[in-house]
Amino acid sequence: MARVLLLLSMMMVSLSAAAITDVYPFDSDADEARFRTLVAELRCPKCQNQNIFDSNAPIAKDMRDEVYRMLLDGASDQEVKDALVNRFGEFVLYKPEFNQRTALLWVTPLIAILGGILIVIGVVVRSRQREHSTVSLTDDERRKAERILGGDDSAS
Amino acid sequence: MYPELGQFTLILALLLSVLLATVPLVGAITGRESLMGFSRPLAAGLFVFVAIAFGILTHSFLVDDFSVAYVANNSNSMLPWYFKFSAVWGGHEGSLLLWILMLAGWTLAVAVFSRRLPTVMVSQVLAVMGMVSVGFLLFILMTSNPFNRLLPNVPADGADLNPLLQDFGLIIHPPMLYMGYVGFSVAFAFAIAALINGRLDAAWARWSRPWTTVAWAFLSVGIALGSWWAYYELGWGGWWFWDPVENASLLPWLAGTALMHSLAVTEKRGVFKSWTVLLAIVTFALSLLGTFLVRSGVLTSVHAFASDPTRGAFLLGLLAVTIVSSLTLYAFRAPVVHTRVRYGSLSREIFLLLNNVLLVSSMLLVLVGTLYPLVLDYMGGGRLSIGEPFYNTTFSPIAIAVGLLLGAGIFSRWKKTDGGWLGRKLLWPAAISLLVAAAVVAGFGNFTPWAFAGVFTAAWVTVATVADLWLKSASRQGRWHGLRRQSRSYYGMVLGHLGMAMTMAGATVVSNYGVERDVRMAPGETAEIGELRFTFSEMGSRQGANFVAQYGRFDITREGELVATLYPEKRQYHVQRNVMTEAGIDAGLTRDLFVALGERVGDDAWAVRIQYKPLIRWLWLGALFMAAGGFLAIADRRYRIRERASETASSTPGKAEGNVVEAVS
Amino acid sequence: MRRILLFIPVALAVALGIVLFAGIGKDPTHLESALIGKPVPAFALADLQNPDRVHHDDVFKGQVSLLNVWGTWCPACRDEHDDLVRLAAEEGVHIIGLNYKDNRDAALQWLSRLGNPYALSLFDPQGKLGFDLGVYGAPETYVVDADGIVRYRHVGVVNDQVWNEILQPLVRQYGGQG
Repeated sequence: MARVLLLLSMMMVSLSAAAITDVYPFDSDADEARFRTLVAELRCPKCQNQNIFDSNAPIAKDMRDEVYRMLLDGASDQEVKDALVNRFGEFVLYKPEFNQRTALLWVTPLIAILGGILIVIGVVVRSRQREHSTVSLTDDERRKAERILGGDDSAS
Repeated sequence: MYPELGQFTLILALLLSVLLATVPLVGAITGRESLMGFSRPLAAGLFVFVAIAFGILTHSFLVDDFSVAYVANNSNSMLPWYFKFSAVWGGHEGSLLLWILMLAGWTLAVAVFSRRLPTVMVSQVLAVMGMVSVGFLLFILMTSNPFNRLLPNVPADGADLNPLLQDFGLIIHPPMLYMGYVGFSVAFAFAIAALINGRLDAAWARWSRPWTTVAWAFLSVGIALGSWWAYYELGWGGWWFWDPVENASLLPWLAGTALMHSLAVTEKRGVFKSWTVLLAIVTFALSLLGTFLVRSGVLTSVHAFASDPTRGAFLLGLLAVTIVSSLTLYAFRAPVVHTRVRYGSLSREIFLLLNNVLLVSSMLLVLVGTLYPLVLDYMGGGRLSIGEPFYNTTFSPIAIAVGLLLGAGIFSRWKKTDGGWLGRKLLWPAAISLLVAAAVVAGFGNFTPWAFAGVFTAAWVTVATVADLWLKSASRQGRWHGLRRQSRSYYGMVLGHLGMAMTMAGATVVSNYGVERDVRMAPGETAEIGELRFTFSEMGSRQGANFVAQYGRFDITREGELVATLYPEKRQYHVQRNVMTEAGIDAGLTRDLFVALGERVGDDAWAVRIQYKPLIRWLWLGALFMAAGGFLAIADRRYRIRERASETASSTPGKAEGNVVEAVS
Repeated sequence: MRRILLFIPVALAVALGIVLFAGIGKDPTHLESALIGKPVPAFALADLQNPDRVHHDDVFKGQVSLLNVWGTWCPACRDEHDDLVRLAAEEGVHIIGLNYKDNRDAALQWLSRLGNPYALSLFDPQGKLGFDLGVYGAPETYVVDADGIVRYRHVGVVNDQVWNEILQPLVRQYGGQG
């Protein structure tokens, strides 16, 4: 494992200067990373369900070019997103912003988790209140199950 | 002649399924053994007729019978024979027939492997499965008949199978996936039968468990195959797109995972019965929902079948009847009495219950994410997209929480676990995992909190699982004896959890430390990722069976030594004329190297995407581990009585399907 | 009392079923323009026939127009062209053409061969205005009111049915106000 890690780390050490040009060359790695993230988060309006990075559609290329141009002009991520949303609608954002329309989308899982945890706490507390503990499987049930399956119950 | 025969056998199968859905049930209600005795022969008959229909459709494909509309739309005489074979389920009608074949296969498996169950229970379970069959046979016969003819204007040749689907992955991906989807119908049928009987007890949980586990194992393999196929066939090296159709397969998987664990509690401790039975219903309902989403055209997806409103409406009606009636039955019959059990706050029950909370929440997250655009559109709120960035921020934390809980829960005991004892047990795993995570993150030289958390969790699960095995296998007769003493179901659990850790490690590392570069390259030029040099040596072209391909030759070297030579292609298929990207991939356990040709830019230069994908194989390997764990668990001694009871038949339901394939080819 | 809680799943399932039922038969690829209710983006584009003349967004002022996005490379544009010619000639619809990502000679040839339905043709070889409009596939047809505000977008072929059922009522509605 350690050798593998060493090998991996050696390969990752430096992204040395490329001998050839990138399709979208950037001066800084940070800008390139921002470009990557943005084009992965924007949806191609023409395609079935693809981001503009993966899509070959002409409109996706236009959008990539626009993102690239805006980034070179020093636009912020939010400005790029806004520019495209103004043209194509909120549809192009793969991660919808939190607002009145999307509140339920963001909140439902949270409610589920918190509600679930509350229920579990309730189960424990209630079982505490009952003093006497009993065997969960009644003997009758257990015998029945064993008879039917003919198995033993050594498994953990 | 043959296609008409196929249609006729489907009608016969429908008749048999109607009988299967009613006769044994009447027998169970009136207590007449003679009527209940019909359930097994009817199940067998149903399977035989569906299998014959499937065989006939396959035959039509193999002999290029383009008078059959479905064959004409999905095949071509130039197609190699193995793709003609897999083209049987390359479209809506045929894949639906495969679905039904699987359903009949599972029904038969229940009939065969349930000799020791009470007759009343078996006949009720088979009757419920018969009802599901009735619905789907009606659906295929009324809206999606695969045997419809194009007469008298028989096309000279077929429109060909979609080139994306002309691939090895597609031969096995849908059958595995459907085995999983449909397999959950067994747990569903057991749940319904138990609700009807009012006998939701430990025995019910014990009977349901192996069926659920097998279905879950198949589904795991199916999902992994789909992800693998997308990775190498869709051309851009993505392995999970959070596409509605992918989500549709993930939903029953998440619910099924919760169900497996909840069944364990119900079997061992006889508690959470209402919850478990609800999960059994929901899991199958989600399988059905997935089928609906893929086939009704309500969502946009790369993978969806051509949409048809009639089919959508019919299928929705089928879903409504199945799900609403079963949930109503649940509402009236599920027990509400509290079992008088005392739970220690760190007992295994509570850990498993929390695991259920998280799994079901993640399922709800995916469900809401998949359907929210539909709901919003319905309310007039406009169009919305929900994709990868959304799930990355929401799903990943839950997955990590599941892993953290799992590692701690492994050591816990039923009924009551001492907190201090548990804390001491967890000290070493925590320390080791921290070290591993730090080493990995330092090795890649780029710290991100998510990468660290993901690697830590994967290590945590692994170390805890192995440590638990080590503790359990301590024995005075030596380690080997101790290891052998553990049950198969325990080893199944160990494998499953290790598999989950692998998948997690793979997903974390490849998404955080994978490198992608889009470069403009002409033959003779070189691009680099780290110390790897990708040299574009030349372009060439070659003839395939039904396509011509332009390919690039890329030699990848490290410090002058050749690592791999890859040949990414752009294929043009003769019939449908579309151009497909075929990536060149050098697969390895620690990393994949991936080269794909994009558009031609300039005279001889190409846009080329080169990628370095560390640990990507672990994703799918982990899924295989999980599935292997599932199969191992049901080979446990507790269940082996089933094998002895049926020496004529094969030992697992999976093999029953093997027979189908033989009969067909 | 507790039993009522057990009805929650079935209630949720029914609600979901209604939404899914409403979704059947709808085209999930249908996308409303983001510009509805907003003015046509500012532009300065040359005339197709007369390269020296430059048009601005004030060409939409004064009357309700259809803005038709087309190109000679687009097969569906050929399908709708005869209908557009008929609409312009017989119904007197004011149609402004946006020749999108095309070649001037090919476009002129197309118009002289098939007839010219456009009161005015904008030439947008780089697809600049098209991009600002959010055009994602030709042909697209916009209803623009007399103040230059985008009121509707239709993606796909304009034929008799689309005109009669969708576009004409809109043109009437905004024409009446203007």
